[in-house]
Amino acid sequence: MTDANDTQQQFPLGLASRGFAGVIHRIAAADAGSALPDVELESRLIEMGFVEGAQVEVLHEGAVGRDPIAVRVQNITVALRRREAMAVIVV
Amino acid sequence: MEAPLMNLALVGTPNSGKTSLFNALTGSRQKVANYPGVTVERKQGFFVTPTGRQVSVVDLPGTYSLRGRSPDEEITRDMVLGRAPGEVPPDLVLCVADSTNLRLTIRLLLELKNTGRPLALVLNMFDIATRRGVSVDVPKLSEALGIPVVTSIAVRKGGTADLLKLTDEIAAKEAAPPQPNQWQPLTVAQLRATQREADRIIASAVSLPTRPDTWTARIDAVVLHPVWGLLVLALILFVMFQAVFAWASPVMELLSSSFGALGQFIHDTLPDGLFQSFLQNGLIAGVGSVVVFLPQIILIFLFILLLEDFGYMARAAFLMDRIMGGAGLHGRAFIPLLSSFACAIPGIMATRVIDNRRDRLTTILIAPLMTCSARIPVYTLIISAFIPDQKVWGFINLQGLVMFGLYAAGIASALGMSFLIKFFMLRDYQPAPFMLELPDYKLPRLRSIAIGIYTRALMFLQRAGTTILSMMVLIWFLASFPQAPAGATEPAIDYSIAAWLGKTLEPLLAPLGFNWQIAVALIPGMAAREVAVGALGTVYSIEGGKEAAEQIGQMLATKWSLATALSLLVWYIFAPQCASTLAVIRRETGGWRWMWATFFYMLTLAYLASLVTYQIAFALGAG
Repeated sequence: MTDANDTQQQFPLGLASRGFAGVIHRIAAADAGSALPDVELESRLIEMGFVEGAQVEVLHEGAVGRDPIAVRVQNITVALRRREAMAVIVV
Repeated sequence: MEAPLMNLALVGTPNSGKTSLFNALTGSRQKVANYPGVTVERKQGFFVTPTGRQVSVVDLPGTYSLRGRSPDEEITRDMVLGRAPGEVPPDLVLCVADSTNLRLTIRLLLELKNTGRPLALVLNMFDIATRRGVSVDVPKLSEALGIPVVTSIAVRKGGTADLLKLTDEIAAKEAAPPQPNQWQPLTVAQLRATQREADRIIASAVSLPTRPDTWTARIDAVVLHPVWGLLVLALILFVMFQAVFAWASPVMELLSSSFGALGQFIHDTLPDGLFQSFLQNGLIAGVGSVVVFLPQIILIFLFILLLEDFGYMARAAFLMDRIMGGAGLHGRAFIPLLSSFACAIPGIMATRVIDNRRDRLTTILIAPLMTCSARIPVYTLIISAFIPDQKVWGFINLQGLVMFGLYAAGIASALGMSFLIKFFMLRDYQPAPFMLELPDYKLPRLRSIAIGIYTRALMFLQRAGTTILSMMVLIWFLASFPQAPAGATEPAIDYSIAAWLGKTLEPLLAPLGFNWQIAVALIPGMAAREVAVGALGTVYSIEGGKEAAEQIGQMLATKWSLATALSLLVWYIFAPQCASTLAVIRRETGGWRWMWATFFYMLTLAYLASLVTYQIAFALGAG
């Protein structure tokens, strides 16, 4: 978005560890490898509040393969699988 | 002049407190049914406003948007747009929001505005929001949204007063000319734009606290912990199981013996004959076989509703998602499948917590494979008669090991079936990704739980009752006609259609090692699995029914080979030997198709598994 963001390291939320806190940079549904069609995945993410600029924090990880993850998005908590979280690019 | 009935519809995101508001408005004046042809619960209730206006309100399935990505969400969309077949378009749509969490609801509300339907926003759980330091400028929010906004505290007495007043005001005002529907499915860009607009409106009228709910954070630190979380889950399940098995069984036995006593009373009062037999063995035994499940259903729903209202259900799904996901099941399928160990009927009814149709159907189809408590009498009888009570490797009881093996086989086959269903039968359905809001914890309200249990118990008795009863009467008919001739020496059942069926089926069942007596006992065993024990007693002419189980066991040990006994055990793991379960599947899936699908796949599985068991055991010399 802004130049300041571009200089920071961007990475998918799906790779974040517990305790990570950051801001959503963009949604890249095509790169996620989810079973859902891109538009559907992007729509669902937006409907759960994952929009550019929203603050996110990884609160919890599942017991098996640290999947799924529980993410604080602004002021709600959403559980999702890492595969879908790959579509959320954060800084 | 009587004012016409006003129709309200409640719309909101999941966890918005919609259902507690619905319960607060209507109390027990509720009707729960299914929308025609779909597995979606239709909840309608009635109340009277302070000025005496009659209002009907429907609680629509929770949704984050009007896109209609599941049958439930399609119902919500169609109702709001006034195009649901056979439904009255709502005069007023109430968008219900959790006041502590307005973001997603305001976005939904902006989408709802495009439908042109009269709309109001209800800020529910306003007390919790105030306590947390959320302050809402209600007039300003109302102005920014261009619709009426009221606050409510559904769980408190009088907490809906403002909403009732607003309903009266809107009803009294002569309706504005209907607005045209301008809603269309939103593109991704439009979705983004509405979310930004929602965030802008919230920023202008709502001030949010910086700290999240500390209680929720503290509880989650334990409950969602990779190790402690699973332990807590195991503990909850243990208590649930104890309750369903131990607490329910005295009441169930009481009910069962009461119906037995009533039947006996009829038997003693009326002269011997068809009418007496119909009342005792058809009608009373039939009603009894339905009602006897009620304590288990009430207990399971008590737990499920408590956990759901508390906010734990979403956490259990979070913990189990990966483990269940390996077999193609949704995290939310966990509790229903677990309940099925007590009885598949409440288990199948509990699949309502799964909102995706594909996931729900898969769970319904495999639930009857879980070893329910009705199989236990049959297992116990055969195991004690045929499996020697000895130790394996010095410390494992062989009988217990066989029992465990039967349970394990049930679970393994359920997981295997789910895998097959995922890959072959329901491929065209879009998989539901696991994306779930973890709501803040809330103290469950007794009143809301009580209403929830009451409506489900009633629904079970009414709907399942009619189907189960008619099947029971049919089974009685098969086992009673034609009647034994005068001076008959054999038990009466030998002369019936059931016996004829059993003897006809015998060649088909012979490869499984079943004789015609087993085939005959399996027919009344369709009513409920444990009835087969009594029926075996009947065909082998042992008086005393279930009480004579030990005697039956001794008799069977002399009549059957070990191979036959093992084959029958395996048969009972898989066979669809329960008319009640089939009736509930029909009801919950809204049609015959999935009931027959379940019946035939289970029958096939049972036949093949018993065939293999018998043939192998026979070859090994157990014949």
